[in-house]
Amino acid sequence: MDAITENLGLFGRGYLLSLQLCLWGLAGSLVLGTVVAACRVSPVPPLRAFGTVWVGVVRNCPLTVVLFAFAFGLPEVGVNGSYWWLGIAALVVYTSAFVCEALRSGINAVPAGQAEAARAIGLTFTQSLRSVVLPQAFRSSVPPVGSVLIAMIKNSAVVGAFGVGRDLFSVGNSLTSAQGYAALPVLTGVAVGYLLLTLPAGGALAAVERKVAIAR
Amino acid sequence: MTEPASSAGAAAAPPPSRPLVVLEGVNKHFGALHVLQDVDLTVHEGEVVVVIGPSGSGKSTLCRTINRLETIESGRILLDGRPLPEEGKDLARLRAEVGMVFQSFNLFAHMTVLENVMVGPVKARGVDKGTARRTALDLLERVGVTDQRDKYPARLSGGQQQRVAIARALAMQPKVMLFDEPTSALDPEMINEVLDVMTTLAREGMTMVVVTHEMGFARRAANRVVFMADGRVVESADPETFFTAPRSDRARDFLSKILTH
Repeated sequence: MDAITENLGLFGRGYLLSLQLCLWGLAGSLVLGTVVAACRVSPVPPLRAFGTVWVGVVRNCPLTVVLFAFAFGLPEVGVNGSYWWLGIAALVVYTSAFVCEALRSGINAVPAGQAEAARAIGLTFTQSLRSVVLPQAFRSSVPPVGSVLIAMIKNSAVVGAFGVGRDLFSVGNSLTSAQGYAALPVLTGVAVGYLLLTLPAGGALAAVERKVAIAR
Repeated sequence: MTEPASSAGAAAAPPPSRPLVVLEGVNKHFGALHVLQDVDLTVHEGEVVVVIGPSGSGKSTLCRTINRLETIESGRILLDGRPLPEEGKDLARLRAEVGMVFQSFNLFAHMTVLENVMVGPVKARGVDKGTARRTALDLLERVGVTDQRDKYPARLSGGQQQRVAIARALAMQPKVMLFDEPTSALDPEMINEVLDVMTTLAREGMTMVVVTHEMGFARRAANRVVFMADGRVVESADPETFFTAPRSDRARDFLSKILTH
């Protein structure tokens, strides 16, 4: 227990950094995932192809490979940035593929007649997606997107391992390896920290689900 | 249009009235099935055309090609003299001028009744919300569902939903209204409330293409009945002639099946 009580400040700061990482990841992957999903269902063949390739490549690469590509590959081709932002970018790109597919399941669950009616009153493809299809798709995608986001919170530990800063995972790492604390209590502290991220996230998702539920 | 029984309305309307919807040599397949075979059809301004025929005869598909919810493989479709655009903004603009009412209502499930009627004018035409709201309330009054305006569609009966769907289509001030089996999904006691709204619309001079099995409505409100079978227009006549003296065997056969029970 000493390992935790003596380092509460470190754990706290690590928690906050992980929270930041996750919030950026959440915002980025939701936006990017929605854009890729819109591409995948669009009537424009090049956009559809882009979406399919994006999901095919990103979803099938291990997260560590994506992280390597962003953290070490991109600087080699002249794209520079702090590890912090490159790490977030990698997390966003990786998660976007899963968000896209979860959203697409929601889009497919919207009855075809809804989109037909939207087109029939003269809405363009983008308008019908934005005003009619996506709002309903979001509602039925809350559970699968929620799972993806919770997976992302846990994946943020892998980003932490790449040294983006002293997030929850790296705090645990340095306490056990550099400062010689026993692993079990430290890892318990880290696990509790992640639970404090994922459990509220789960609660928030349940609240969102209740709020947007619609009668059919 | 006040005398639906009179043929072609030559005396009432300034003759000859403008052709609003023109289909020329339209063909379409669903896989091996030839659903529309060299279909020609002209609907004049103010005319109410009822399309009937056995199921699978292509009548719904025909209706859906007019606003290009179904694409066609050959032939031409003109709306008010202009060919249907391929895709994109032009097509959206054209669809705004063609109202459509579906068998399954298709009201937007996440919007209230009032929002359903307002969304078209606001998003597609850029009408300001205040004006759109006033128009929507007028239309809901006309179809008799004003008191349901803040409810979500799922809370309404089928008949009420379909009347809202008619109001939603009318909100775009369309040149022509398409009805694709508007009463087929309704409980029997709700059919008349929808047909009444449609009959009033027809009397007011709206150009209408109605795919339906409601022969009473056809007799009461149609200027012309088009009978389809196997993807072809087999017969086209005023309702009186069609129902009392159909020329084709297919039509006689069809009528004997639906009118005897």
